[in-house]
Amino acid sequence: MNVIPNTPSITPELVAEHGLKPEEYQRFVELIGREPTLTELGIVSAMWNEHCSYKSSKVWLRTLPTTGPRVIQGPGENAGVVDIGDGLAVVFKMESHNHPSFIEPYQGAGTGVGGILRDVFTMGARPIAALNALRFGDPHHPRTRRLLAGVVAGIGGYGNSFGVPTVGGSIGFHERYNGNILVNAMAVGIARTDEIFYAAATGVGRAIVYLGSKTGRDGIHGATMASAEFGADAEEKRPTVQVGDPFAEKLLLEACLEIMKAGCVVAIQDMGAAGLTCSAVEMGAKGDLGVELDLNAVPCRETGMTAYEMMLSESQERMLMVIADGKEAEAEAIFRKWGLDFAIIGHTTDTLRFVVKHNGEVMADLPIKELGDEAPEYYRPFTDTPARPVLGPSDVNHAVSVADALERLIASPDLCSKRWVWEQYDHLILGNTVQRPGGDAAVVRVGEGPKALALTTDVTPRYCEADPFEGGKQAVAEAWRNLTAVGATPIAVTDNLNFGNPEKPEIMGQLVGCVKGIGAACEALDFPVVSGNVSLYNETNGQGILPTPTIGGVGLIDDLSKTMTLGFKAAGEAVFVVGKTQGWLGSSAYLSTVCDREDGAPPPVDLVAEKRNGDFVRGLIKDGFVTAAHDVSDGGLLVAIAEMAMAGRIGASVDGVPPGLPAHAFWFGEDQARYVVTLPAGHAAEMVRRAEAAGVPVTKLGKTGGDKLTLANERAIIVEALRDRNDSWLPIYMGSN
Amino acid sequence: MKAAVLLFPGSNREGDAARALRLVTGKEPAVVWHAETELPQGTDLVVLPGGFSYGDYLRCGAIAARANIMTAVRAHAAKGGMVLGICNGFQILCEAGLLPGVLVRNAKLRFVCREVFLRVERADTAFTKAYRKGDLLRIPVAHGEGNYTADPATIQMLEAEGRVAFRYARVDGQIDEADGPNGAIHGIAGIYSDKLNVLGMMPHPENHVDPVVGPVDGRGLFESIAGALKAA
Repeated sequence: MNVIPNTPSITPELVAEHGLKPEEYQRFVELIGREPTLTELGIVSAMWNEHCSYKSSKVWLRTLPTTGPRVIQGPGENAGVVDIGDGLAVVFKMESHNHPSFIEPYQGAGTGVGGILRDVFTMGARPIAALNALRFGDPHHPRTRRLLAGVVAGIGGYGNSFGVPTVGGSIGFHERYNGNILVNAMAVGIARTDEIFYAAATGVGRAIVYLGSKTGRDGIHGATMASAEFGADAEEKRPTVQVGDPFAEKLLLEACLEIMKAGCVVAIQDMGAAGLTCSAVEMGAKGDLGVELDLNAVPCRETGMTAYEMMLSESQERMLMVIADGKEAEAEAIFRKWGLDFAIIGHTTDTLRFVVKHNGEVMADLPIKELGDEAPEYYRPFTDTPARPVLGPSDVNHAVSVADALERLIASPDLCSKRWVWEQYDHLILGNTVQRPGGDAAVVRVGEGPKALALTTDVTPRYCEADPFEGGKQAVAEAWRNLTAVGATPIAVTDNLNFGNPEKPEIMGQLVGCVKGIGAACEALDFPVVSGNVSLYNETNGQGILPTPTIGGVGLIDDLSKTMTLGFKAAGEAVFVVGKTQGWLGSSAYLSTVCDREDGAPPPVDLVAEKRNGDFVRGLIKDGFVTAAHDVSDGGLLVAIAEMAMAGRIGASVDGVPPGLPAHAFWFGEDQARYVVTLPAGHAAEMVRRAEAAGVPVTKLGKTGGDKLTLANERAIIVEALRDRNDSWLPIYMGSN
Repeated sequence: MKAAVLLFPGSNREGDAARALRLVTGKEPAVVWHAETELPQGTDLVVLPGGFSYGDYLRCGAIAARANIMTAVRAHAAKGGMVLGICNGFQILCEAGLLPGVLVRNAKLRFVCREVFLRVERADTAFTKAYRKGDLLRIPVAHGEGNYTADPATIQMLEAEGRVAFRYARVDGQIDEADGPNGAIHGIAGIYSDKLNVLGMMPHPENHVDPVVGPVDGRGLFESIAGALKAA
């Protein structure tokens, strides 16, 4: 085969093929004082692309609150680490695999799950749960079905085999994702607080060890692909998608945890985006050490691989470690037992240089700190999204009856039951899934209990499109509310910011607005951001996605016996709404599903009310006052009540539309900071007293019972029929192939 | 009783099985690595747990069936020792020839994780004495290849000899292959060896033993085993 020489003439075309702007290349040449080799060009393209360097978003990410009394490790490591007491920490992060999943949905989504699991166990944590947030194009788009089927099978195929329960997530559809679906995967693990492992190398002359699967030519330039827009040639990028091997990853997990336990590991970094390059540079740069690699020692799957290919391969299920002095043989024995490759491929140095040798020749010799720290950083110009007018109830036509509208909403692609999806995920393995998918948040027991974690992923992209600042706030508030509704104390978040091309000021404005909103909400709700990921250039043929800053929320439950579920529990119980209902229909699900309109300002998020109302509901749950709780979100009050009725298979008679407010605005408005709760009739008076004392508005809506939802002036709706509608949209859609 | 849970590369429900044994019987099982050639002295129950042994990239269970430890498992079964294979463990037992038939891809070609109703076909074996015949158990399944099948003569033999342990049933107790999770013939969810000392089943009784995480209909299986081994 032809071996590309390591010292070709570096043409502007070659630079452009590596995704570097001319001025970025110039900066690099000045940094090293000469023209780079091909391997060096590859290395810098990997380090300086958007995916690895966060060059467009970094200045804004710095504004987020990332600290708190529980935070052990904030952003910047493989995953965030938060203290949950008893010497334990929760380790978690969310990451996107959008571009690969669009090109090859099964492998793209699967390796997304694999990558995020690796981030978590790299820190010494055993994964206990996985979640995801998915967005697909219009259901009528010819590709949507195939993409949905492939992504779901890919997530299941990886997580099920690896052996982690996939306990929750969210799925939405919109035509703006037709050419750019979103696959955001979140993993959550548990570690001992005194056994957390980091990437920073220490000690000169220590062995750098390569572990796991062999290196092949797959995924070369994957991170560069993920940092560019798609054109009509997206399909041709299939070779840049990696292929996952969950079996190898499961072995890697067990072997890594075993050698960590044996005290062999000084530093560890998984090979994710930009593979060997990124992991080696980060270990050295974070530890203020140089790194020298001899690529002849790298276990390869294919013959004749060049230095360039090895440095840029994104083959999966690989790790890089610095091994403690004298522990090399012990570490190797453990890896051999699990049937995995183990090779000493280099050592740490005191030169602060990143030196790569192959066949006795120096292929790259670069300053290691500058590769990471001197990456370009842009304060890109941005324009604020213009404010939309506030819609009043009279601006929204209500030709459809409330009962008909409910039936439409409950069977809409966004609000229908996602059972067809989560039944393809093993959500029970490990035996700790206390609340299964389908509720406000999943609840997973920690060890033998009584502690548990509540987990959720949330974002409402249509709000973010209408008003990025309020939308960013709302994504955080909804995650916080979902955790609260199961009785958890929200403790921290991971964010996955999905946007279009940041070089367009209006897209950059969406990012800036959303980050500001997320920051404001996290600050107000004591909900620090401890890890995250940014995915930009989610555009095809110039059309950007809806701004989608996904929030992965984690909450702590001290006592499993004091959690709450959303289904009605018994007949004759009082139904209350907590929080104020004004009938906000702008950018609502009612407006898009029933009226086929997507205009108007989204509901504002009053963070003081959020906190007050949420703390009140959590207190009710803790004190055993309520029998069911559910946050009010998409579709408003009546959809929330219907979901509670369907889950409990019990009906309710509800009313309470105040004079002057049209029924459709009351039932389907999406005012924030609200929950529906039920409680035994005898507890109602006491709850109202508590609410008054706390300054929380509560309104009685009616009581549970019967097999129908009964509203004044509306035909009654049979709960079982509603369940059928809710359950059947997705299977029918997927079956009508 | 002295239980041994086997561990193959890619097993992933070994912890669930061990926890269920501990919770129900009060005894911690041994975990035995696939490369071992002998079971711990005095083992009276071998459990082959769920998972994806060797990634299940070949036929499910085909490689694990040829692991070192399986020679010892065969000898244990031949002496009448109890063997329980769950999910991937059932697939391994079929591949190892300890049980007849095979598990092929689910009829709908998708992985399925959900609760099913299992009908107890007989309550007079060492695995089922704590149940009554005809009991409907709420137990979860989690598999992509759990569609049991065999040639007609084998199915006829299993039925004639009363070797079907559990069937997927509707809530009314009736069997409906099309309504089951995977399309298994005659709704077969689990089968016995000819001496009734080896049981293979696709569903996961080990995941329904703890009231904190769901129903406890799986406890009876482990209680039956503990009872049988105590009596022995």
